[in-house]
Amino acid sequence: MTAPLLQVHNLSKRFGGFVAVDDVSLCVAPGERIGLIGPNGSGKSTFVNCLGGALARHDGVVAFAGRDLAGLPPYRRARLGLARTFQLPRAFASLTVRENVEVPFRFLDAGGGPASERAQDQLERVGLGDKARLRPRDLTQVDLRRLELARALACRPKLLFADEAMAGLSHAEADDILALLFRANADDGVAIVMIEHIMRAVTAFSERLVAFVAGRKIADGPTAEVLRMKDVEAAYLGD
Amino acid sequence: MIGFAFWRNGLALALVCLIIIAVALRAVHNDYAFFLGYIVFQYGALAIAWNILGGYAGFVNFGAGAFFAAGAYATVALNKALALPLPICVLAGGCAGAGLGLIMGSLTLRLRGVYFAISTLSLSVVLQTLIVNWSYVGGSSGAYIVRPKAIAPFTSYTEFLCLLMFVIAATAALIAAAIERSSIGFGLAAIRDDEAAAAALGVPTLRLKLLAATTSGAIMGMAGAPLPFYNSYLNPDSAFAVGYTINAMAMPLVGGTQSWLGPVLGALLLGSIQQLAVAFVSSSASLALIGLVFMGFVALAPQGLLGLFRLRRAEGAGR
Repeated sequence: MTAPLLQVHNLSKRFGGFVAVDDVSLCVAPGERIGLIGPNGSGKSTFVNCLGGALARHDGVVAFAGRDLAGLPPYRRARLGLARTFQLPRAFASLTVRENVEVPFRFLDAGGGPASERAQDQLERVGLGDKARLRPRDLTQVDLRRLELARALACRPKLLFADEAMAGLSHAEADDILALLFRANADDGVAIVMIEHIMRAVTAFSERLVAFVAGRKIADGPTAEVLRMKDVEAAYLGD
Repeated sequence: MIGFAFWRNGLALALVCLIIIAVALRAVHNDYAFFLGYIVFQYGALAIAWNILGGYAGFVNFGAGAFFAAGAYATVALNKALALPLPICVLAGGCAGAGLGLIMGSLTLRLRGVYFAISTLSLSVVLQTLIVNWSYVGGSSGAYIVRPKAIAPFTSYTEFLCLLMFVIAATAALIAAAIERSSIGFGLAAIRDDEAAAAALGVPTLRLKLLAATTSGAIMGMAGAPLPFYNSYLNPDSAFAVGYTINAMAMPLVGGTQSWLGPVLGALLLGSIQQLAVAFVSSSASLALIGLVFMGFVALAPQGLLGLFRLRRAEGAGR
């Protein structure tokens, strides 16, 4: 077995008396495709915020690419190759679509040509090439999702957390985004953790499924097995 | 990357403007023209400086007056201690402003929105209290400064002050334009739009914010440094006058905050309206006028003059 890319040991996050993430451990191998499922409020996004560094104070140890992430601010984690997209697209409203993608190119590595050209290439790759000069407010929902992904993938991540990248999209639009994620995984070897409620997409994408309920990890295993588990079924459909 | 061409063109443009202004003001043949020019350039420098943190990064600083006063009092202290010439005092004022910006930034830049604004306001109260109680620089009664004689090629000391202030304002404009075109400008815009998303994309948010606060503070300090020589006298009330803080914020907002040109336009417009009002109506009318113009822009043109131009151009292109 290859050395894990991400190792989370006993991560807990409390907000006052409320335990949002409760003693979760998780390993992700390079290039893996994982689905992270769970009802609303089960701690999935809080978990991602802890790993990304937005919520710095938590219990437990997070190691990425063999390095302890304790105390590292979000931008340093991004530089190590840990990227994320946000549940609601958070494009920079005053920048054009291309400038949005230029931001990570300008700050993450110097080599490889001018940031504006590399940003344009990246936009072509996600199908936004002809919309480079628009502002985010002129984009449709699916294009905003594409932009969010293009920006995160511009970080040349080793691991991407895609937080509900398909929420609110039509069947066909969700398939487009799914194809982009598959391509990033296959072509660039990006390990992807997909946080998603659209079960059709999660089951199609994931080699492995992790389920959260009330901040705890209740299942972790091959997709088909986890889907058959009684606890997972109960959490989603009721007893 | 900002190349050689940017600095060459920028410096050439500044030099041409300096010569035109020097010739034009001397042609007026009246010291009042130099006083007027000084005021407008001083506000221009203040407004450009405020805009680096307020416009580019989106952090509204209510303490512009404190940075300005720090520069002015650096001059008073250095003049008393070592009798240094003004250009060196300007650099020292810049250092004082930069230091203050760095300190204020490290204390407050982790705060957002209104909390940041409140803490900058209190900073200026704290600084004023310190100065009032510092007897070396005159305390609450103030300090007098003897103006040197005019040195050739200047016909009067006021002319020298006016052109010095133009150089400070032009330096501010060059620095601001360079920031806009560099990765720093991209990073600051990203922080303004969404700080958490910027951090997730590799933007070193705290470092960039500190850089913006320090640069902005340095320019404000430089703009304040010649004030004691301009007035021949400095006391806390005149150095911390609320007009500086208000103008430093109103001018970028009236002109437009996205580019260095916005604060320049704002300073030209508001600065000259104020001086005309002072000359022909009364000095209290001038602040009231600023208030009215400012309210008008907030209501009708929230993107400022630059926003109006851009709208006009976009409509023209759409036809």
